[in-house]
Amino acid sequence: MLRYLALKIGRALFVVWAAFSLTFVLLFVLPADPVDLLFDPAEVNAVPPEVREQVAAGYGFDRPVILQYLTRLGHALTGDFGTSVQSGRPVVPTILDVLPSTLLLAAGALALALVIAFVIALAATSARRAWVRDLVEALPSGAVSVPVFLSGILMLQIFSFRLGWFPAFGDRGARSLVLPLITLAIPVSGPIAQLLVRSFATEFRSGYVTTSWAKGATRGGIIVRDVFRNAGLPALTIAGITFGNLIAGSVITETVFARQGVGRMTQAAINTLDVPLVQGTVVLVAAGFALINLIVDLIYPLLDPRLRAALATGRAA
Amino acid sequence: MTDPHADRQDPLLRITGLVIDYRAGRRRWTPAVRGATLHVGPGEFVSLVGESGSGKTTLVQGALGLLPESARIRAGSIAYSGVDVTGWNDRRMALVRGNYVGFIPQDPNTSLNPVKKIGRQVIEAVRFNEPEARDAAQHRQAALDSMRTAGLKDAERVFHHYPHELSGGMKQRALIAIALAGKPKIIVADEPTSALDVTVQKVILDHLVRLREELGIGILLVTHDLGVALDRSDRILVMRDGEIVEEGPVRRVLENAADDYTRRLLDAAPARHSGRLEPASGPRPLPGREVLRARGLTKTYRLRGRGPRRELRALDGADLVVREGATHAIVGESGAGKSTLASILAGFASPDSGTVHLGDRELTGLSRRRLREVRRDLQFVFQNPFTSLDPRFTVSEIVAEPLRAFGLARGRRERTARVTELLKAVALDEEHLHRLPGQLSGGQRQRVAIARALAPNPRILVLDEAVSALDVSVQAQILRLLVDLQAEYGLSYVFVTHDLGVVRLIADDVSVMKDGVVVETGPVEQVFRSPRHDYTRQLLEAIPGAGLAVAGAR
Repeated sequence: MLRYLALKIGRALFVVWAAFSLTFVLLFVLPADPVDLLFDPAEVNAVPPEVREQVAAGYGFDRPVILQYLTRLGHALTGDFGTSVQSGRPVVPTILDVLPSTLLLAAGALALALVIAFVIALAATSARRAWVRDLVEALPSGAVSVPVFLSGILMLQIFSFRLGWFPAFGDRGARSLVLPLITLAIPVSGPIAQLLVRSFATEFRSGYVTTSWAKGATRGGIIVRDVFRNAGLPALTIAGITFGNLIAGSVITETVFARQGVGRMTQAAINTLDVPLVQGTVVLVAAGFALINLIVDLIYPLLDPRLRAALATGRAA
Repeated sequence: MTDPHADRQDPLLRITGLVIDYRAGRRRWTPAVRGATLHVGPGEFVSLVGESGSGKTTLVQGALGLLPESARIRAGSIAYSGVDVTGWNDRRMALVRGNYVGFIPQDPNTSLNPVKKIGRQVIEAVRFNEPEARDAAQHRQAALDSMRTAGLKDAERVFHHYPHELSGGMKQRALIAIALAGKPKIIVADEPTSALDVTVQKVILDHLVRLREELGIGILLVTHDLGVALDRSDRILVMRDGEIVEEGPVRRVLENAADDYTRRLLDAAPARHSGRLEPASGPRPLPGREVLRARGLTKTYRLRGRGPRRELRALDGADLVVREGATHAIVGESGAGKSTLASILAGFASPDSGTVHLGDRELTGLSRRRLREVRRDLQFVFQNPFTSLDPRFTVSEIVAEPLRAFGLARGRRERTARVTELLKAVALDEEHLHRLPGQLSGGQRQRVAIARALAPNPRILVLDEAVSALDVSVQAQILRLLVDLQAEYGLSYVFVTHDLGVVRLIADDVSVMKDGVVVETGPVEQVFRSPRHDYTRQLLEAIPGAGLAVAGAR
């Protein structure tokens, strides 16, 4: 068990470190002159050479790459990713400022997506008529294939401009959260629902379901008591992909609905070539990614007794 | 269903003229069961025998209302104690299933919910089938009783186990407990022991017989194994192509089968033959000198385990001698180390210690390149012909592959000629050359696998359960083919099997394995007539179809 834990935590740390190193190479080493990136692209040519040198020395660009790397890594370990070029504020507080609003959006969208996915899977499994099932099973691929910006704009058109039920943008109050939440949840629910529909169908045909029928169980009972848990497990495994979808979706959703958040901040940081801020965000996302997968790995044994048994005796391996 | 006294004359289960179709396309249906009629009375043990594709499982699914959606009942009726349940929906059938008819499924390894404890699964079966509500403690007690009746002695312990913590035999007992929990009047068992070892099979089947005697329930056993059916049934039904072709008491079927197919099935059963199969070409040559010798083979797998060392001794000092032109059978139950031994002999795995000699050449510790040369002499036939052939290769490509790999046939024409010759040797003809494995039957596939193994002109074939996945009649054909090929090419066989009936048919020598150790070895007649080891005796007693042998000897 300890070994398993150490292995998984080690892997998570590795992912974060790799993300840091990769962004360092991409952002600080590969560009011909990283100093260029620190200025507004429109004004780069107007900057006098002394200032450039001063800035380079300030950021340590005149030192060997490996030393730069180690210094930055050392600072990053203490939570210091430098200061944002645009605002001049330290990177970490800048991110932390907008993080709660994105977390709220992402968590809400994830919960909603899960509900949608499970409803679709349950409906498809319990449908007796083949055409109903076919129709329900077609929904997830529809959800995946609608781009977020399109569904977002469509929803804005209908629900805020036409009907005026919800505010079109901003991030004040619960009502402003509804449309972004749905916009983000729909594409995220697609892959989860596809996976669930498939695994519900597979499990529903498995041997233990036949046993339950033979016991005298009813269709609904079998789905709830036997199929649900076995078929629900695989949904956990794609939590990683889901997290990626959430982040990608939040960039667009926050832009469309003019909401404050990590997604919109990242987009702005990339537009203005705010290198330290970009690196900070990438490492943050990587950390989130690693953390989610770590949690999934730790939860899985709790839900599946077979895996639990393998772990309890798994030290000699 | 709730009134058992409806009519005392009605059998527990009566199926009349049942026709079941499978959807084959838009508005097209293929019949799987064509007008089957059968009945099972109280306290009666009836066996339904048939080979794969005979429709026996479909018939049982129809009886329980568990047909897949692609199937429909076109005609006929199913009645339990005179109550016609044909066409009942799930909700009404749920009242019949469990408390009137219990079901024991085929594969205990997939038929229990892996994430629920055994106890809970049995309790559910109790709870679903109870007319009046009782409290949890009583349910628990009833479940434990049912488990004890099913032959789980330490029911309290098993109660708290998950399925993966139990052996196959225990899981099957848990499933029997589930079937019994609703206090059914009839139990339908679909191949309940096919996935189990022979000794476990015997115990489970004997237990079913005892349940019938003690509880007076009727039993309908579906099986492909005529021996199993004959040993215990009151009546036998033989099914072929969706029709019941033979019906009658065991004695009569044995002595005077009315149907041609039944007679063929009886003749194909290994237990029917007392001696070894002789090749068609005449008497077989006497076994020659040793060609393959294994000495002191040991192989240990490290298990994930608690404590400083938990290891599995798959092989523990196993010896084996194979004579030229002879068949050496390795028998044992699952986990005995047979397959490990076979894969070491074939060079797929290396032993921790011990040696394997092919002629005067030591195989163990050979480099990969050297081993490759040796492989020409030593070929392998796998258990499952459905997975051992590449589905995207044609038959001719499959058989030509070793020729190409060893550079044995120059040019396309020579290769095709050789492939045709090999196919002829296994009784397939040129029309099969361009078929894909998916277009062949199980027996034909195994013939292709044998042709592939013969391609490099080997001296020894290692056959790992090569006939276990096949129907008895097909199995008999393949065994005959193997015997003929042996005489023609002077081959030596290492024949791994769990079926002692087959051993008698084909082997000259036999090694009995248990827990990685060869417990007994010697000529087949001697080991079978006077087994020295207890385990051998136990295995021999567990062979189903003792009745068959007697009838066959007449």
